[in-house]
Amino acid sequence: MSNINSFIGKSVKRVEDIRFITGRGNYTDDIVLQGQTYACFVRSPYGHAKVLNIDISEAKSMPGVVAIFTGADVAHINGVPCGWQVNFKNGDLMKEPKHPLLCTDRTRHAGDPVAIVIAESKGQAVDAAEAVQVDYEELSCVVDAAKATMPGAPLVHDDVPNNICFDWALGNPIAEVDEAISKSAHVTSLEFVNQRLVPNAIEPRSYNAAYDRTNDKYTLYTSSQNPHLIRLLMCAFVLGIPEHKVRVVSPDVGGGFGSKIFHYTEEALLTWASAKINRPVKWTSERTESFLLDAHGRDHITKADMGFDKDGKITALRVKTYANLGAYLSTFASCVPTYLHGTLMQGLYTTPKINIDVTGVFTNTTAVDAYRGAGRPEATYLLERLIELGAHELKIDPAEIRFRNFIPPFNGVDEPGYQTQVALQYDSGNYDGVLKLALEKLGYADLRKAQQEASKNGKLLGIGFSAYIEACGIAPSAIVGALGARAGLYEVGQIRVQPTGKVSVFTGAHSHGQGHETTFAQVVADKFGIPMEDVAIIHGDSDTVAFGMGTYGSRSLAVGGSALMLSIEKIIEKGKLIAAHKMEVSADDIEYNSGQFTVKGTNKSVAFGEVALTAYVPHVYPKDLEPGLDFSSFYDPKNFTYPFGVHIAVVEVDKETGKVTMKKFLTVDDVGNIINPMIVEGQIHGGVVQGIGQALFEGAEYNEHGQLTNASYMNYCMPRADDVTSIETYTQVTPCPHNPLGVKGAGEAGTIGSTPAVVNAVLDALWSGGHEVKDIPMPLTSERVWKAMQS
Amino acid sequence: MLVKISVTVNGVSYTHEVEPRMMLVQYLRDVLRLTGTHVGCDTSSCGACNILINGTAAKSCTLLAVQADQCSLTTIEGIATDQTLHPVQEGFRECHGLQCGFCTPGMIVTAVDILNHNPHANEHEIREALEGNFCRCTGYHNIVKAVQYAADKMNSVNQGKKEAIA
Repeated sequence: MSNINSFIGKSVKRVEDIRFITGRGNYTDDIVLQGQTYACFVRSPYGHAKVLNIDISEAKSMPGVVAIFTGADVAHINGVPCGWQVNFKNGDLMKEPKHPLLCTDRTRHAGDPVAIVIAESKGQAVDAAEAVQVDYEELSCVVDAAKATMPGAPLVHDDVPNNICFDWALGNPIAEVDEAISKSAHVTSLEFVNQRLVPNAIEPRSYNAAYDRTNDKYTLYTSSQNPHLIRLLMCAFVLGIPEHKVRVVSPDVGGGFGSKIFHYTEEALLTWASAKINRPVKWTSERTESFLLDAHGRDHITKADMGFDKDGKITALRVKTYANLGAYLSTFASCVPTYLHGTLMQGLYTTPKINIDVTGVFTNTTAVDAYRGAGRPEATYLLERLIELGAHELKIDPAEIRFRNFIPPFNGVDEPGYQTQVALQYDSGNYDGVLKLALEKLGYADLRKAQQEASKNGKLLGIGFSAYIEACGIAPSAIVGALGARAGLYEVGQIRVQPTGKVSVFTGAHSHGQGHETTFAQVVADKFGIPMEDVAIIHGDSDTVAFGMGTYGSRSLAVGGSALMLSIEKIIEKGKLIAAHKMEVSADDIEYNSGQFTVKGTNKSVAFGEVALTAYVPHVYPKDLEPGLDFSSFYDPKNFTYPFGVHIAVVEVDKETGKVTMKKFLTVDDVGNIINPMIVEGQIHGGVVQGIGQALFEGAEYNEHGQLTNASYMNYCMPRADDVTSIETYTQVTPCPHNPLGVKGAGEAGTIGSTPAVVNAVLDALWSGGHEVKDIPMPLTSERVWKAMQS
Repeated sequence: MLVKISVTVNGVSYTHEVEPRMMLVQYLRDVLRLTGTHVGCDTSSCGACNILINGTAAKSCTLLAVQADQCSLTTIEGIATDQTLHPVQEGFRECHGLQCGFCTPGMIVTAVDILNHNPHANEHEIREALEGNFCRCTGYHNIVKAVQYAADKMNSVNQGKKEAIA
């Protein structure tokens, strides 16, 4: 019998959309609690300063003020922790200076908080915060990661020599790599900056904390990507409140892109304050606060050399990177430039010798942590810029040089995965396939001809490639534990079949735009063979969902979906016992298909709903079997997943002004099996435009005083609808061999692949006009491109 | 000092006394508890707070509530009529024009305004007209498609009406 309830692989319209398109979403700032108060922070205006005195006397007596707390009030509380240990090359532990909830004697970046004012209304809180008098003595500061390590640079933390948090290396011994580089027929060298970005989820961070005196219990509503992780970090490491006394809820969350993974000081401070004042307290970030406080992304200064033999085969790769960590260590700051960046230096290529050396550095800037892609965009940018420049220098076609270097196809089933020089073992791949398909869809040969024609007519057309791989499905707990993670990275999936046969699904993953309420329901409804409307996905509440590690690193479906698959299996196995008893046969004779438990080879069957009812009304029921139909599973992945793909950008550069116009953007992504093609495509679109944003528009700019000079939407240039073009997306499918759904993850692919394709396209355009330019610093504004053409 | 204002919001009349400094978006969210209108910035840059004022899209985060006195306002909660989705809302769902949903109310309100003024807007015109609204999730690709979907639907309905009258 064919299954009418077949949903996997179909572009099912999203379940969650109705509430969002009618204005019925429920974001943290929408929540108002009984007795609500509002918070406003007093923040340092300086990049680096000594706090000499704080006077709250005037502010305290202002209308509506409920309480004011300063650093002294919370000095006894721990700072927010870092979740990943990275060691120095000599084995020393990384430096972890305290990140206090409020500063006491020193502020270390613009926006660092010194006091919190709580009042009856938002307006009153703002008024009183303005009346708090703080005397500062401005200190000299440092914002550039490389300069910060030089002798005599101002120290961000007095006990961190040279501002170095860690130095770290991975790969083959440096002597072997040096030798391979020196023996190479050709060496392509590049020094460049992967500029700092501000993630800019459109919903500003928001928290609302309440203390329930009756039950001695706290509730924190938070715009977080991972409520359980916040509860764990806040309870165990900061406030010392037992976890069962804290409920953390992430309701609808308006985008994250990484910036809402981390445990922020405001979460702990508001939770603490709610008990002090015995009233709920809410704070929602203003946009400029988002710029100054939400963890930033990227900010690497890199020097890299790629060796080639005479045929364009890569012989070796040597990389030195300074990674700016900002003033404090954010939750995953230390692993982004190391284990999520250094481990990707193999790319898609057979490079035999690789060494990467990363120095993590404190500066007087906002903390830097995972932003969509997290380390992998930086790795891809580095590799794809080098190979494209190498091809140009060697006069080899950029597609051809990649074919010559690709790791041959492997499916990870008939043969083991591909062991890289930098710790990872890729699961399955067909890298030739994605590039071949991309060239075919692009009409590559014709486009090269068009480029020559354009050049004759005085126009600059450029074609840029990027071939990426990423490590997703984060992650096997044992592996990441050995690499320094201070958490397990499994996921939890609970399935409760209700007595009526309706299904409640509890997942530890969190959806903030990814559409889990649809994709996960597709998986469960499809596997049970029941209508999708019979399945509800519940997420984001630590009191409802047993546990969870949250959503980041393109992990939700690969890890969270796999956990659900384990629970689905358990439900069906138990259902078979119940059905077998009802039909008086052995459970071995039962098969489950399309919502029916059927006796093999007969038309005798019991429906899913009937089995569910029997499980809860067990009058005629197997002896020794527990009633109920409710299973929870923890899934710890066997390996990372490794999505990959090819992105191609076609641009036109205006010779007179340097303005870059996107003519075409084409992607071929291989994210393994696909549950909902519409949603995957949407993830690619969004990611690609963020990547184009980095290439052409965005960049956080600090001046020498530590001021973020473009801390608003008025002057931080994010792509708008008329800045970008439509995107042509294609997919290839190489299933993941080690998880039950064969999925790899699609959340970050767009961002990882796109940036170098755009920059390579602009350089290709300039090369076609005879401008021998090696690098233009991102973002490639008209001014920068124009200047590059003048040299 | 409080100031008395009278407004019609989604067809319902309200009179309130408000602080003169209260922003219109605060009035909608905090006083009327219409939380579908969002605040993404405070510089008129992101468009998450867009509503229709006397039928034209405007950013409610940089207007004072007192400026809206005697005005007729439509927020996202008032875009659908009689439990029927507006073609723009339908387009956003059909074309996957939203992900996290936070910019969506402002986008939908703006798109309604775009199509009221230019029922046959092409891709280029739609992209230009959406210039005041940020979306960080979709890359705009499917938002443009959603607006085109709505335009086609509204035009075919209008065409049908014309034919019926003729």
